Amino acid sequence: MTGYLEGILVVLCINAVLGYAAYLPLSIGQINLGIAGFMAIGAYTSAIVTNELGFPLILGLFSAIAVAAVAAALIAYPVLRTTGIYLAFATFALNEIVRSLFLNIELVGGAAGYPVAVYSGILFPALVAAVVTLLMVYSGATRAHIVLASVRRDEAVSDLFGVNIRLVQLIVFVVSAGLAAAGGSLYAHYFSFIEAQHFTVFLSITTILYVVVGGTRSVWGPIVGALIYTFLPELLRDSGEWRFVIFSALIIAFIAFRPEGIVAPWPSGPGSLVARWVGRSR
Amino acid sequence: MHVQQIVNGLMLGSVYVFVGIAFTMIIGIINFVNFSIPALFMLGAMTAWALLNVGVVAPLALVAGLLVGIVASMAVEQVLYKRLSGRDPVISLIGSLAFLILYEHLVIHILGSDQQAFPALLPDFNIRFGDIVVGLGQLCGFAISILLVFGLSYLLKHTPVGRNLRAISESTETATILGINVRRHVQMMFVAVGLFTALGGLLFSLNYLQVSALMGQEIGLKAIAAMIIGGVGSIWGAVVGGMLIGILEVTTIGLFGADTVDIVIYALLLLLLVVRPSGILGGALQSTQRI
Repeated sequence: MTGYLEGILVVLCINAVLGYAAYLPLSIGQINLGIAGFMAIGAYTSAIVTNELGFPLILGLFSAIAVAAVAAALIAYPVLRTTGIYLAFATFALNEIVRSLFLNIELVGGAAGYPVAVYSGILFPALVAAVVTLLMVYSGATRAHIVLASVRRDEAVSDLFGVNIRLVQLIVFVVSAGLAAAGGSLYAHYFSFIEAQHFTVFLSITTILYVVVGGTRSVWGPIVGALIYTFLPELLRDSGEWRFVIFSALIIAFIAFRPEGIVAPWPSGPGSLVARWVGRSR
Repeated sequence: MHVQQIVNGLMLGSVYVFVGIAFTMIIGIINFVNFSIPALFMLGAMTAWALLNVGVVAPLALVAGLLVGIVASMAVEQVLYKRLSGRDPVISLIGSLAFLILYEHLVIHILGSDQQAFPALLPDFNIRFGDIVVGLGQLCGFAISILLVFGLSYLLKHTPVGRNLRAISESTETATILGINVRRHVQMMFVAVGLFTALGGLLFSLNYLQVSALMGQEIGLKAIAAMIIGGVGSIWGAVVGGMLIGILEVTTIGLFGADTVDIVIYALLLLLLVVRPSGILGGALQSTQRI
């Protein structure tokens, strides 16, 4: 395998794991703009324990997930008191606080960045992404998926039917943070260098955007979104600059005509799609 | 020295006021978080810079900057309006984020992503009050922002258009039943938002003399913080929040250095969101009930 192809495939694995981190909150109707912050926590934790304590790769990954999950559980109580757009604002503030904290910690290089000694190669990220995808797809076939969908559709009714809304939100927040940290750990060990300024809220935003294109109603959505987001610039060779332009135009088209994303039940037949479009543009 | 810093903070804060008012108007009236606003800020400034660079006379370039801001804002309205009236605020928020990325990367593609020097159009003239020095351009920006707030406040309270807008903010359905053309008012609001934000971008570049394709991000994010701290949906809240953030930013840089500014501002934001989500002057909007 050429190094070029390998690089793209690893990016795909990282994007898929991050995609699931963004997908979980979206699947209960929340926008978590703090994903890049938890990714930073994961990347730095994994880098520190492998660099300073000599942990192997796999323990680096688990430490990253554990630290981010604990951090998420601690911050969840105040943050999850907010709802709707206020939750988006609170997680956005959280992301910027985490990023600026790492920017100011001299132990991990501050603004200069932090080199990561342990290199993962392609097999490890591929394995992690496969495990995460399998777990998510499996959970999509269980009651958990139904519970998440019911919380998204109507919190009050779900509550009446005995769903513990607060608990569901807490679990989603913590698991999402753990997945983001796993993505951060993979990122750190493949690119061998991390800097705080990479993990801005705009990284969270682009992640959410490609998940929305893929679809937030199905566990396959994040994979489809990550595939499109990763391979689109490669298909448009020599015009990588246009990636974001085309991608955001695609999102806008999706929001305007198909907010459910690609992976979701399509209306029966192309005729009804046209009818829907005509109906909407009236 | 301290007074001088507070004055500097107020001048910087007036930039946040322009952008914060744009955010707060749209949230207050149709409950839509328009994340494309930072891009409008940048579009106004970058358009003017690009035109000045190819030799267009200054007044024409500045007006063109305002127009591009307005057109870009209207495009957001055209595409997303149908989604705005829906119950799901997530979708419209994501749509506006997509517009932000689209505009920024269009500009990066056409004009590049480097930081550029904006030509000094205003005379380098400082006014002294005792020990305190204020640039003429900064003072103008401050004055315009205050005038704008008084104007808007008057418009909302005492004119028929303002009454209609307040009715829409109470209930879109009832406003429609009462014969208000909601769509037209929303369009007017987006024009105003494009205008204010682009104007803020122009005043910022005239005073701080640097522009870039990503200039809107930092200002936009801080303006959101300012709006929330002041109180979402309240025009005076945006003013209080903007000035507070401006002063906080300048004094934090003075005391601890530039790297800690974001920690202070966003920690304050998070704290306020948890403790008092309605903000300092809040209470005007019960948005949690509407979304």
